[in-house]
Amino acid sequence: MKRFEPKIVCFLCKWCTYAGADLAGTSRLKYPANGIVIKTLCSSRIDSEHILHAFARGSDGIFIGGCHPGDCHYQTGNYKTKRRIVLLKRVLEQMGINPDRLRLEWISASEGNKFARQMTDFTEQIRALGPIPKYDRKEDISNG
Amino acid sequence: MAKPKVAFYWCASCGGCEEAIIDLNEKILEVADLINIVFWPCAMDFKYADVRKMADQEIDACFINGAIRTDEQLEMAKLLRKKSKMVISFGACSHLGGIPGLANFYDKHSIFDVSYKAACPSIENPENIVPETKVKVPEGELTLPAFHNTVKSLDQVVTVDYYIPGCSPAPYLTLEAIHKILANDLPAKGSVLAPDKSLCDVCSRNDTKPEKLMLDEINRISLVDADPEKCFLAQGIICMGPVTRAGCRKEGDGRCITVNMPCRGCYGAPNNVKDVGGKMVSALASILGVENEEDYDEEKITKLMDQIVDPAGTFYRFSLPVSMLHRTRSEKQI
Repeated sequence: MKRFEPKIVCFLCKWCTYAGADLAGTSRLKYPANGIVIKTLCSSRIDSEHILHAFARGSDGIFIGGCHPGDCHYQTGNYKTKRRIVLLKRVLEQMGINPDRLRLEWISASEGNKFARQMTDFTEQIRALGPIPKYDRKEDISNG
Repeated sequence: MAKPKVAFYWCASCGGCEEAIIDLNEKILEVADLINIVFWPCAMDFKYADVRKMADQEIDACFINGAIRTDEQLEMAKLLRKKSKMVISFGACSHLGGIPGLANFYDKHSIFDVSYKAACPSIENPENIVPETKVKVPEGELTLPAFHNTVKSLDQVVTVDYYIPGCSPAPYLTLEAIHKILANDLPAKGSVLAPDKSLCDVCSRNDTKPEKLMLDEINRISLVDADPEKCFLAQGIICMGPVTRAGCRKEGDGRCITVNMPCRGCYGAPNNVKDVGGKMVSALASILGVENEEDYDEEKITKLMDQIVDPAGTFYRFSLPVSMLHRTRSEKQI
């Protein structure tokens, strides 16, 4: 049987994690290619709406990378992100989506190794969880 | 010119929207003079067969309230869509799914378990009989409409031309909408016939809101004496005002705010908000635990968020079926 290849959306902060991912690339580190990277100005730029939208459209996992606490380019953005993710995970749990499908990590521009490690670990975790449960509107009506 | 033909129908709703039409008070007489009501099962004697006999697009405007939960509602929504030139989704349930939409936290089987089987302590049903679409009795066969697994908003099953929001819609909005229809002075199709502003935008308690909202605890309206003039969020009480459309009163504060209750979000989101719950998560997380935020570790944040009881149910109180995720899913067991 073909191995399940999860679709993972990665929202990475331009100042730290995106640069870290760049470093992982230039250092030729190996990690799974399941992540689709979206560069954002700050991890707090990622609205909960973006995350819900990605899940609703079939993303199996979402990875958010930001600067270490105290390192935010905009002073306090990452603190907001942290609180937002904690609250959003509770909403996801109530919606029947495993909160482990959403991961927030602090990865600095110098931590290419950490980025590669995190991507490997997260991809394997999502692979074990399997595809995101879908909701088929049409099927729902015909089944009554 | 002949009077425009108007129909009213209800799906999964409480009847409050019918009441909202009666709440036009003496103005209803003025409205009744201008229109010809051809179908209104709640108030007048019409049969479904009367609608089936009509020509396609014979009804000029059809107001449908209530969410779509059963086959009967689905069939009537489709029939009325076919017979009407314009379909207006009336009230929160047909606009957003409304309170019946909270059933989307569960599935059909668990709802039947709670309503008809042992899970309901006041019911004795040793044979575990649940409603079936067909049942044979000595006199013949009886039928019931099928019960869907998921509650839907009206626009998820038929095309909707306009929306009048609210649980229930403010009478002034209903009257304005009827006059707009009569004068053929309507905005683009698909519009919500209410202002595109957030409730906070028009709230008089805005003046009491501090420059920067910062909370370190959440209070529940049932457990505290709320200050009748101060912004609810500034008091730590969750108010859906920031992500809810204004318009529940023509002027001044929202209807709930006037009686010292926080907004619960029945008017749905303004146009730029795509998911009420998502936006509310972002909004709350940005004002909670801001002071000394660098001292908050995982445990402290968890404790802070523990104070929000039932976040999804609070944020999606009226809008679960139109939220991005629509309903709860079930993860495969591993």
